[in-house]
Amino acid sequence: MVSSEFWIIQTFNGLSYGALLFLLASGLSLIFGVMRVVNLAHGSYFMLGGYVGLSVVWRTGSFAAAVLAGAVAIGLIGIAMERLFLRRLPGQTLGQVLMTIGFALIFQDLALLIWGGDPYSIPVPRFLQGAVRAGALSFPTYRIFIIVVAVVVAALLWLALDRTRVGARIRAAVDDGEMAQGVGINVPTLSLAVFGLGACLAAAGGVIGGAFLGVYPGADFEVLPYAFVVVIVGGLGSLPGAMVGSLLVGLLDNFGKALFPELSYFTLFAPMALILALRPTGLFGRA
Amino acid sequence: MTRRRPGMLVGVTVVAALAAGVAPWLPSYPLTLLTQAMIVAILAMSLDVLLGFTGLPSLGHAAYFGVAAYAVAILTTERQSGFVLCLIAGIVTAAVTAALFGLIAIRATGTYFLMITLALGMVVWGLAFRWVSLTKGDNGISGVPRPDLGLPWSLWGPLPFFYFSLACALVAILLLGLIVASPFGMSLKGIRESESRMRILGYNVWLHKYLAFIIAGTFAGFSGVLWAYYNGFVSPVDVQLVTSVEALLMVALGGPGTLLGPAAGAAIIVFLKNFVSVYTKRWLLILGAVYIGVILFAPRGLAGAFHRRSS
Repeated sequence: MVSSEFWIIQTFNGLSYGALLFLLASGLSLIFGVMRVVNLAHGSYFMLGGYVGLSVVWRTGSFAAAVLAGAVAIGLIGIAMERLFLRRLPGQTLGQVLMTIGFALIFQDLALLIWGGDPYSIPVPRFLQGAVRAGALSFPTYRIFIIVVAVVVAALLWLALDRTRVGARIRAAVDDGEMAQGVGINVPTLSLAVFGLGACLAAAGGVIGGAFLGVYPGADFEVLPYAFVVVIVGGLGSLPGAMVGSLLVGLLDNFGKALFPELSYFTLFAPMALILALRPTGLFGRA
Repeated sequence: MTRRRPGMLVGVTVVAALAAGVAPWLPSYPLTLLTQAMIVAILAMSLDVLLGFTGLPSLGHAAYFGVAAYAVAILTTERQSGFVLCLIAGIVTAAVTAALFGLIAIRATGTYFLMITLALGMVVWGLAFRWVSLTKGDNGISGVPRPDLGLPWSLWGPLPFFYFSLACALVAILLLGLIVASPFGMSLKGIRESESRMRILGYNVWLHKYLAFIIAGTFAGFSGVLWAYYNGFVSPVDVQLVTSVEALLMVALGGPGTLLGPAAGAAIIVFLKNFVSVYTKRWLLILGAVYIGVILFAPRGLAGAFHRRSS
């Protein structure tokens, strides 16, 4: 069973899952970096994005429209949550945790109310169906597509953070919010934008992921721990950390499930606990 | 604190006596809920030692509750073990788990502590969910019998089991009350207020936090043992993130650092969850609104709101 083909295919699957995780977790990491908010509703953005995308695909048949609509709709929800609720709780970690879980429960119930309890799958557009063959191996086109999307998003995020004025402001706010505010950066507006962007990315991940994981009740709390593991391992607020963390978690999860099915979550969370024991701020994080 | 202790003692005695007196006339459903409230109150109070008294917000407290419940479920269904063995095994399992996890978690502070306890909680959930040969996975372990204490009343009846749970809750309140009122408990509050000050004063801050972590885990385990017997069924739901957060809500609702506040918070949430779910399917929606409402309107919990009015 453990042949070289097994290793290549599992590595590929791990990479593509890691790519999807990056879409989900990069936003969570940025949100934490700028606002220090532990957002337990982040998995809900993923799930709601998937549901909105599903409805749009049913109406229009367009996958691109589904991704766009999901991202915009959930981005607006994220912005509303930040502006109307989370902003009232600066620095109150426990309050933020309870409030975001409250929203997560409400979103879960609303999704159940609107879309019912049946699992659905978002149809893959025709040009992304099928597989690319290389000798005896075949790689599903859709998984390659996910990897490409994640690479493009990562590159854009990196360019935006590293090369633009807004990016410099965000980095300043991550380093020291008070100081950034002091030198004239509008941190509240920046926070709002980052929160919206994070929700957008998670929702886009939900639509894209909905085509290969499915869209179903409970998806929110299923992906949430993964996003947190990525962010914790990579270091809170670090984009390179989110990239490395996503790949690491994608691979660990995939090999764990394939090699030790009984201990698969353990093989994911135990290395993370180990990393934290050695480096409490994660691989790329700063205290 | 010391000044208020006699009042609290009287309060606990009155409430316990009232509950014990009313219980025989209650129909079995409210009685069952009251029993559940007693058991969950122990969990909430154990978390309060960590969150309210030491200032450490744990996001994985269900883990210790859960490992103890699983220990009881496995021992009773596979080995037909008796109550004393199960009680000891459950509590020791929880204490050992907390001692292990504490080594990793105590190094971190603030949000990192929150995240690490979340991750450690997920380790336990992952094992409960996937280690099917031991835990039966998603199906959970059913058929946990009620304990036989050698008493003339069978604990299968709702009334004797209620009195049993009430007695256990009183023991927990007494022990935890003694702990938080002791010099050790005072040092914990000192750490909550200012860690650096306590360090300068020569206290071993790490050891204090570590011991608080283990104590909290141990009492969560006590609660977990009772839960397994009460529910007769243990599943990954008992160790999942939402359960941990629910315990946090109980503490926040009741008022962190008051011990009895979180116990009241636990009772309120238990009754709310069960009553609301009788009347509407949308109880998650209401529970979510409760989370948000508590944070917006009673940030210091009911004990805090009550205190503000009386002073």
